[in-house]
Amino acid sequence: MSLIEFLLRNRQEVVELTLEHLFLVAVSTGVAILIGVPLGILLTRKPNLSKPVLGFANIMQTVPSLALFGFLIPINLYLFHVRILGGIGARTAIVALVLYALLPIIRNTFTGINGVDPAIREAGRGMGMTDRQLLFQVELPLALGVILAGVRVATVICVGTATIAAAIDAGGLGRYIFRGLRMNDNVLILAGAVPAALIALAADIVLGYAERVIRVGNAIKIGFGKILWASAGAIGVLAIAGFIVFSSGKTSDRIAVGSKDFTEQIILGELLAQAMEAKTDMKVERRFDLGGSLAHEALVAGEIDAYVEYSGTALLAILKGRPSADPQDVYRRVKSEYANRFKLEWMEPLGFNNTFAILVRGEDARRLGLKTISDAAKLSAQWRAGFGQDFMSRQDGYPGFVRTYGFHFAETREMDLSLTYRALAEHQVDLIAGNSTDGLISRYGFVQLTDDRGYFPPYDAVPVVRQATLDKYPRLRDILRSLGRILTVEEMRKLNYAVDGEHREVRDVVREFLKRKGFME
Amino acid sequence: MDSEKSIEFNHVSFSLPDGRALLSDLTLEVHRGETLVLLGRSGSGKTTTMKLINRLIDPTEGEVKVDGKSTLEWDPIRLRRRIGYVIQEVGLFPHLSVEENIGVVPRLEGWETDRIKDRARALLATVGLDPDRFAARFPAELSGGQRQRVGVARALAADPPVILLDEPFGALDPITRRDIQQEFRMLQERLKKTMVFVTHDVREALLLAHRIGLVKDGRIILLGPPSDLLHSKDPEALAFAACVVDGKLPGSPA
Repeated sequence: MSLIEFLLRNRQEVVELTLEHLFLVAVSTGVAILIGVPLGILLTRKPNLSKPVLGFANIMQTVPSLALFGFLIPINLYLFHVRILGGIGARTAIVALVLYALLPIIRNTFTGINGVDPAIREAGRGMGMTDRQLLFQVELPLALGVILAGVRVATVICVGTATIAAAIDAGGLGRYIFRGLRMNDNVLILAGAVPAALIALAADIVLGYAERVIRVGNAIKIGFGKILWASAGAIGVLAIAGFIVFSSGKTSDRIAVGSKDFTEQIILGELLAQAMEAKTDMKVERRFDLGGSLAHEALVAGEIDAYVEYSGTALLAILKGRPSADPQDVYRRVKSEYANRFKLEWMEPLGFNNTFAILVRGEDARRLGLKTISDAAKLSAQWRAGFGQDFMSRQDGYPGFVRTYGFHFAETREMDLSLTYRALAEHQVDLIAGNSTDGLISRYGFVQLTDDRGYFPPYDAVPVVRQATLDKYPRLRDILRSLGRILTVEEMRKLNYAVDGEHREVRDVVREFLKRKGFME
Repeated sequence: MDSEKSIEFNHVSFSLPDGRALLSDLTLEVHRGETLVLLGRSGSGKTTTMKLINRLIDPTEGEVKVDGKSTLEWDPIRLRRRIGYVIQEVGLFPHLSVEENIGVVPRLEGWETDRIKDRARALLATVGLDPDRFAARFPAELSGGQRQRVGVARALAADPPVILLDEPFGALDPITRRDIQQEFRMLQERLKKTMVFVTHDVREALLLAHRIGLVKDGRIILLGPPSDLLHSKDPEALAFAACVVDGKLPGSPA
């Protein structure tokens, strides 16, 4: 399917995502202007502050967006009963975008005002202008072109960064990009990236034009003050409206189900959601696609009520516990630690173990007779390996893996997990660490090598729920219990393949599955 | 209070925070309706003297009085609005039209729009610019001489009793400068304002001054009518007098 075909067929969704994207950008740029311009002005009045403030803004720009999201989600800050900080969704995305957009706006306001000809400033002072009059009648109008240039840079940054907002369920065109990466689908990636690039380009052109007009000087001769106040007012209204819309968050009579940002997680999230919908008349909100460990943080923060976690991940990545190869032992430890530490309850395991799968191309496995990871280790000196960021950094990942099996790769590449499959298929790497339930494994004909030394801990998929939610809706406990042991690895792999390989809708795939299991009619 | 004295300097010194003295022990007075020209080389302290009058800087010693009241007792904003100010680089606001530039102080003073407009057009005529042609232009669309005229008109806008001019015609070509000086002299006689005029051009000083204050290294070394300068034996005065090569005086105002 070509990109144009896709965009036409899904035009309603494309428009919706584009509007979400524009809204994110407009609100965050607006808030950044409301904060950045006055701050820039303050710096021209108190030059001592300029170093720390600009330094802070500089540092904010270098913080990776996922890390920033991670810091922001657990924060709980209310102003007049409106939550202004923390949680998942657009609110946190906007706060992060504002932090990114601040630097160019502060810096350009500061340099724009300082760049006003001292003779002109002195003429103004000599004519008896107060500091305020000098600022609004002379300095700001003359600095406006430079300030606008800063706004332009900030806007373009926001358009680009807003694609990452999809990682915390804030919507926007990033959804297509993440979905495309996950499903290895170039058309989907482009369906997100091309409109985003067009928005950036359009914003750049429009603001560049405004900047030129103002530099020429005609636009402000009639009541600069009026224009300034009018635009400040418009921005303010937009910003406040945006915050109120997004601050409403999860309403009390709903259950919010979350998921991490890969296909299996979305299927499992949908599974929980449909099971709840089938057995109760509660409204279930889906807050899927949360990147990194954001789902856990959102659960602890009460932004979501449940999601499916893997026992090994919880033990090692979240609890930082001692590794163990015994599934029962891992499950018991995680269950009690979560209850004590986070007031979260581990339900019945869903029945499959999604462990790391060390994968090679089928042709290589046949040609070289590879069965176990140890077989591959002997040949690794001529091999290139590709691993996701997750595998490279986690405790049960790369370092222990190469040590246990004695791997010495010719080259190790770190890339996005979803890209490793393609890299293996296209002979750019020779060995990757995928997920054992991944539908793409059969699509590409990869072979999973046996973990003959028992290095990887068990990763049993288990729904995790807030205790407070279970107390409030006791029926949930029975519903989730009935999901125990519902899935085998093969079944999970099939569901994954139905979505990733056959491009079917998650909703339909899950519904069919639950029907087949007799969960609903 | 001596009503004849518009501006007084009593033993005024000014030093920079690093201790460098720009003015030392300056004492002088400017009478109402008088034009005092401060003549001196670049860096002699002329501009510093002027900025003490409208309180862009405060004296480190001594006191400056305007209308019998120390500048330190004046609200600087009120003080500056009573004092027209023309600076060397003109300082016209590039984002405002000629008319709006002239109207700045009246607008700050809360005049009505129509009155500001009328005043600006009248002043343009006063400084020899056709209001219909120039009112709507922007500073970038004017020649150097036209800009200086607008600068003078702007300083006159709210009819201040005192006007400070800091080398207002310094950047003009000699012919334009001569024209504008002649016109300025006529204006001076018509308006009878108290003026402090800073220049390093001895011809300009001789043409426009009622009295000349010769400034060197932050001190007044000579203060008197233009003829004093020409008859002084002080080496700095001789050096300036020697610049009038044709030996013919342009004559002092009546």
